Order: sequence, then C-alpha cells, then structure tokens
Amino acid sequence: MKFAVVAFPGSNCEMDLVYAIEDVVKEQAELVPSTATDLSDYSAVLLPGGFSYGDYLRSGAIAQLAPIMSAVKRFAAAGKPVLGICNGFQILTEARLLPGSLQRNQQSKFICKLADLVVTNNQTMFTTDYQTQQTIQLPIAHGDGNYYCDPTTLAELRKNNQIIFTYQNNPNGSVADIAGISNRQGNVLGMMPHPERAVEAILGSTSGRELFSSLVNSVRKRGLIHE
Amino acid sequence: MELTPEAIQATKYYQGLGLTDAEYQLITTKILQRLPTYTEIGLYSGMWSEHCSYKNSKPVLKKFWTKAKQVVEGPGEGAGIIDIGDNQGIVFKAESHNHPSAVEPFQGATTGVGGILRDIFSMGARPIALLDSLRFNEPKTAHDKYLINQIVDGIAAYGNCIGVPTVGGDTAFDATYAANPLVNVMCVGLMDLTNREKGQATGVGNSIIYVGAKTGRDGINGASFASAQFDSKHKSQRSAVQVGDPFTEKLVMEACLDVIYKHQDALVGIQDMGAAGLVSSSAEMASKAGSGMTLDLDLVPQREANMTAFELMLSESQERMLLCIKSGSENEILDLFNDYGLTAAVIGQVTTGHQYQLSHHGEIVADVPVDSLATAAPVYHREKTVPEHILQQAAIQFSPNITEPTQILRQMLQQLTIASKKMIYETYDTQVQTNTIVQPGSDAAVVRIRHTDKALAMTTDVNGRYLYLDPYVGGEMAVAEAARNIVATGGVPLGITDCLNFGNPTKPDQFYELDEAVMGMTAACKVFNTPVISGNVSLNNEFNDVAIYPTPMVGMVGLIKGLNQITTQDFKQANDNVYVVGRTGNDFNGTEIQKLLTGKIGGKLFPFNLDEEQRIQQLILRANRQGLIASAHDISEGGLIVAIAESCFGKDLGVALSSTLTTAQFFAETQGRFLISVKPENKLGFEQLMGRDATLLGKVTNQQQLFVAATDGEFKLALSEAKRLWEGALACSLK
Repeated sequence: MKFAVVAFPGSNCEMDLVYAIEDVVKEQAELVPSTATDLSDYSAVLLPGGFSYGDYLRSGAIAQLAPIMSAVKRFAAAGKPVLGICNGFQILTEARLLPGSLQRNQQSKFICKLADLVVTNNQTMFTTDYQTQQTIQLPIAHGDGNYYCDPTTLAELRKNNQIIFTYQNNPNGSVADIAGISNRQGNVLGMMPHPERAVEAILGSTSGRELFSSLVNSVRKRGLIHE
Repeated sequence: MELTPEAIQATKYYQGLGLTDAEYQLITTKILQRLPTYTEIGLYSGMWSEHCSYKNSKPVLKKFWTKAKQVVEGPGEGAGIIDIGDNQGIVFKAESHNHPSAVEPFQGATTGVGGILRDIFSMGARPIALLDSLRFNEPKTAHDKYLINQIVDGIAAYGNCIGVPTVGGDTAFDATYAANPLVNVMCVGLMDLTNREKGQATGVGNSIIYVGAKTGRDGINGASFASAQFDSKHKSQRSAVQVGDPFTEKLVMEACLDVIYKHQDALVGIQDMGAAGLVSSSAEMASKAGSGMTLDLDLVPQREANMTAFELMLSESQERMLLCIKSGSENEILDLFNDYGLTAAVIGQVTTGHQYQLSHHGEIVADVPVDSLATAAPVYHREKTVPEHILQQAAIQFSPNITEPTQILRQMLQQLTIASKKMIYETYDTQVQTNTIVQPGSDAAVVRIRHTDKALAMTTDVNGRYLYLDPYVGGEMAVAEAARNIVATGGVPLGITDCLNFGNPTKPDQFYELDEAVMGMTAACKVFNTPVISGNVSLNNEFNDVAIYPTPMVGMVGLIKGLNQITTQDFKQANDNVYVVGRTGNDFNGTEIQKLLTGKIGGKLFPFNLDEEQRIQQLILRANRQGLIASAHDISEGGLIVAIAESCFGKDLGVALSSTLTTAQFFAETQGRFLISVKPENKLGFEQLMGRDATLLGKVTNQQQLFVAATDGEFKLALSEAKRLWEGALACSLK
C-alpha cells in the first residue's frame, strides 16, 4: 500500500516516516507537498512532526490553511486513515479534525525522552496489533504537547473510547494524561509521541512497529487500499 | 550623515571600528593611495577583524597539522571534509558565539547554531548532528542563571526547529567564565563526495545571487564586536547581536541543497553570509577565484528603510547565502527559491580584473582591490612570555586528605562539572533524523550512517584548568581525551575541529597560552592521526583585563566500522568483571578534587605521556574488535570513582570492588585510563590481551549499592542516593 507523507514548509520528521515505512514496514511512502490538492492515490495520510511554518502564530495554525488540508479533510470524511504525529497532531486539532488543543508544556521547556505509554484502546485502525492496557515505549520530543480540552469534550472522548494512548508519567501537563486521541469514527488519530522513531531496536525501542502494522492490516482488511 | 574621508582621518574614527593607526596607514598609503570612504573603511574594519582575518592567530594556526590521507578538504573553505569510504564524506566544523551570548544569551546561542549549519550545508553536506561545548560560571547570581537558561533555550529553539539532532557536547562550570561564557557549537554533515562545493565566484559575467532573510540593521559590524574585548560597559553592546529565525534557515537549507544536488550545471559557487556578512562572503568568493566583482546595493533585499552602504555590507542578519550562478541560469535558480517561499535577487556580477566595486543610489561607494580585503590584512607575530602564575607554581602535587571517602563522593557527584547534564540535553531533540544510536550522557555520541553498517562517533572536550596550569600539556590532553571518548565507543578517530577560546593576544603572557596550546594539540593530533580540518578562533575573552582559562575546544569525529562494535559506558549485567585499564598516579593538580577540597586549583600540572595514551587506546580498540568488552568508559574529571558511579547509573547496577589504590587515588585524574567491564566468558581473553595494563577491581552486582574498598578506607553508597544527588545537582543550582 502507498502512504502519503505530507511535507509542510518547516516539517522535519517527514523523511523519518518515509524511512520507517519503506525500510522497516516495507510498504511504499511518498512525500506530498502541502501545495498539492489531491490524495486519491493513497491508502493512508500521515502528517509528520516538525515546526511547520516555524510554529509561528501557534503550532499548526498556519499549516491548517495549506491547500493540502482540504484534501486531508475529504480523505478523512471518506473514512480513510489519517495520522498526525507531534506537529501533525497540532495541525489536526487546528484543522478541527480532532477536538481540543495542544498548549505549551506545563514546565514550559521542550522535552525529548523515551516515554512510557498505555494503549487504552486497541480497537482502532492504528492499534489492533497492541493489547489493550499494554505498556509501550515511544519517544516524545515537543514543546507544545500539553493536551487540553474542556470537561464536556473530555467526557465525550471517554464515552466514545477516543482516548487511544495515555502517559504513565505525565510529562507535559496533558488533561487526563492524554498522549493520543482519535476522532469519533476512529479513522483520524493524533498523537504527540513519535512511533516512527521506535521501529528499530538499535534506536532504543520497537514499540512503534505495531502501530504501522495495525494500520497496514486494517487498510487491507477494509479494502481501502490503492495499490 | 556619513563622515567624509578627511573627517575619518582627522577624528581617527577608524579606531572605534577596531582598526589601528598603522592599519589605517597601510590602507591609505599602500593599498588605496588615497583616503578611504566611509563605506570602504567599514569594509576593512570587518574584513581585517580577528574573526575574519585571523591576523593575530594566523602564525599560530599554521602550526596545526592539517594533511593526512583521509583529508579531502582542509581548513580554508566553509568547513573541512574527510573521506569515510563508499564515496561519502563527512564535513564538520565548530564555531564560537561567546561574545554575542554574553550580551544577549538567547539570540547569541541561536545564531551560533544557525551560522555553523550554514557552513556545513554550503559545502554540499546535509547536517546530521550538532554538539555544544558550553562553559559557564558556577551559578550563584540571578544573572549567572539567566545566562545558562537562556543559552540552553536558544540552542534548543534553533536546533529543534530545524530538525538536526543535538546529540552531544560537554558542559563545565568555573568562575573563570563568569563574564565570558563560552558557547561553541559543532556541526557534522554527511555528503556524497561528488557534490563538493566551493565558495568561489569565477567566470566573467556570471551572476551573484542573494537568497534568504532580508538585510536589516542587526549585528552591524558584529565581527569587529566579537573580536574586541569586553569591559564593564559591555551592556550597551546588545545592538550588535543578531536575531535568529530557524524556520527561514530550514527553508534556505533545503533550497540550497536542492540547488547543489539538482542544479549543478547552473551553480558556480556558494557561501554563507556569516561574520562581516555580505562583504566577507562576496569578497572571499571573488578573491579565492582571482576574480573581480561588482555589486549593486540597491538590489539587496532590505528589511529596513534608508540603510546605508556601510550597514548593508556589514549587517550580520542571519539566514542569508550568496551564490555565484552561471549567466543565463539566473531565472532557473530564482524560480527555485521562489518555490521555497524565499526572497532572492541577482545583486551583482563577476568582473574582469581584481577590483571590488559597490554602487549604491547610482554612485560608486567603494572601489578597492578585492585581495586587499580578503587576504591583505596585516599578520601579527605576537610576543610570548611565560605567565607569572606558571613561573611561581609549586612543583609538588596536591595531596588530598580523604577522611570520609563516601561523604567526599557525595559532594563530588554534585560538583556541577561532574553532575548529570540531563536537564540540559532533555530540552534538545536528540533523535530527529532517526539515526542517533548513543544519545547524550555517554562518552561520545554515535550517529549511524543510514543504509550502511557504519556509524560516526563524535565528542567535544577540553579542560581549561589543565591548560591554565600548562597550556602545552593541557592542549595535548584535550585532544587525548577526545580520542579516548571516541575509542571508548568503538570508533577510530578521524580528525578534529576546534574553537580556540583565549584571552588577549597582544598580551605576551596570554599569547603564550594560545601558542603553547596549539603546539600541544598539534603534537597530540599527529599521534592520534587526527588532522585539523576546520576551526574557529575566539580571542579577547577577557573582562576588566582578566582572561578566561585557555580553553581550546576540541571537536573530534571517529568512524565505527560495524554497528556491532558500538560500546556504551553503562555496566550491562551483574557478574561482569570490572577493570581499570592504565596506570593511576598521584595526579591532583588542576583536578576536580583539588577544587572541591581547596576551592581553587594550582601547582604544576601532572605529567602526561602521549605515546602511552595512544598505546592504551589501541589496546582498547583491539579488545573491542575482538568482542571482549561489555562496557567502556573514559576516566576523566573526578577520576575513577566518578567513572564507576556513572557506569552504574545507566542500568541501575551496583558494584562490589576492591583495589590497591588509596581513596585519594580514586579521585586522581591521570590520563590514558578506561573503566571496562567484561563478561565472565571473555575474562581470560581480555586479560591475555591486556596483560599488566588491566587491573581487575571486582564485579558488577544486582545490589543497588556502590561499594569500593581502597587501601585506606571504603566508598559505600546506595545507588539510589548517588543517582539522586548526581541527577539533581544542576537543577537545584539553577533554581
């Protein structure tokens, strides 16, 4: 299957995703510029980490206005998988594809380390290869990873099982220890940790592999594939 | 209103720009044979600053050893290149941003990162790693803490945004750096050797293209500023510091690499606009090529209104590059930059002859021989005398009186130079690009070369205290420690870059330190086969006439030929055997234990034998290649006991050790030593290979305790307590 990896000006994890998918997951990945308007050739869309437009104004705020985002919205509306990692998560909340927002880390510093996460929902297209309540290790690297939503939204997230990953030791002040959430339909996932940095043992963790394998299996099973 | 040439002469205005009477005379009588204009005197002031001309350090720099088989490009271009096989090269260089960081720490640090990145990608290499060598005061005042926090935040802000991992470096604390913090940034890049670029402007009629941020009034004449010394009035010098924009740098980097990789036919040369901005990049490109150049300053993209020619030429606005593009290909390149959302413009041409001509508002504002700017700065052979404090130093070694070993160990683990730097490096993105195998906190960082079985080990090192006591031997030790760090991770040292942070070269006792240090470093470089491929000089690091300790930062890169040879400092499992390799002496002058117990350092530096160091390092490499080593750790500041504690912390394993050394000797900083752990099945093989050079100390244990028996006492400390003290000290001191 073919993944689209959207590169905004200032993205910096796009090649990491391409390498993870091609070298480890052994599927195809293509960079798609943020000026493109069509994603119909792809089976999944990934919004990478980085500092799109320098994080100026607010993380993700300018990127959500890029031409590609209309295509991302159509892609998501069609029930196909969209994954936003780190800055990609910030873009998805700014684009209102996911509820809530990501604020400055509580202690105001950028944090880069390996974080222990709990998989709280293994029924999504992105998590079927994990066990529910499984503890996994994924690297985090962000300054604005402090997830916030109002109590009503949080209650909805809980009720609909939209909280997908939580931190074991909250590193940034996120509401309810949230590290990743999905939309109500379960086909759009935003997460601050970097699964693409955890696909090779030599780099410290392989916990990210199952996320990509879940995605590939789900796409194939649901016939969403464009070979 | 600009001064007339006559007024410049009459008021000696040039002195305020850093030019001496003799230098001004040289320009008026020999070079131009007329009085220079206001713009012209600005050009000379920038180009003849120490930062651009190396006028005080050139005779010293010539002593460096720069030629070895692996060197593809030595010092002279933006950065040097070393061949690592498979048609790949690595490019690395370090740059200091000390003066800017002292007056505006956040922006000073960010622009330090930005500048070194441009040096690397202008060579045609993609930056793959950053390292930072930082020297601060022991934080006491609010200002000390402000400097440290802001400098670290600045490095994080820039490196994280641009997507180059900050993988290592070193940080030390001493009162000598109170007014002159050192911010040295090293960048390593990877390239295909077919993409080598030069900063040259050849071919009459070819175009000079400017790309990147628009020029503003930031950092006007920053090179002269950086080359001047500070005094109590330096707070007014903030306006000379530039402001960094990593987002623009990211776009400039990607666009320039696109030009280099995919538009080779159009590209003649490319250079960063760094110190002395537009004048240094353009004059150097023309001078190196033996060309003339004309620039129309009205075409320079400008951020502010009514900028003068002087300001345009000497602004150090960041994120700007200068390219020489073949005539007829201009639109191809301008269109490419436009696609990246960047400002770019043709601002001049390569001309016949050797003149450097600038026009502004329809008038010629400068017309000087290009070589007079780039290569004709006077070179000064400074006098040297042995500093008084060295003449008077005691010949005998300090003898630590260790009555309570465990208590001293507790204190030692909290000495800021020894304590964990996690709170610093956790704010850096260490993993972006997904190649970082050994992260900060180990001897050397290790970054793999994707799609090969090779990796690069990289480190920065220097101990200014050693150099203060003996600049020659201290210089040798700086290179030796860097090599030891590379070897500990399994790498073969390839070469070094340096930042020579010193005092005032016009003072003979301070020039002595520079000259001796370089000679010591050179001796060591030859022994370790690590040529100098690039570097940077930061002189006049003095405040109210007191210089910093001589601090020549050594940045070394080594090659690890197989990923299975990568070794880390952490003990791996209980029951592994623990050895110290190398002889331990009563070596205490200039050490952390002397500082801890007496509050100062002094006396004659302990002796050092380069050949012995090299012999031990070669043995360690052999043991590594034979797969005999489970962990390896360089023994440096704080001595053997600190190395033992650090090796315990990684995997929370304890040790039970005993030794024929005294408790004091566990704090000795004798060079040429490693702490090694070896699996039981490799014990015999290791001991046979090492012979008498390895001394068995005992075993790694599952007990959470550090227990070491010496001849006159013992160290006994719960691992959890040791780790808490070591990890908490820095955060505590910055509160």
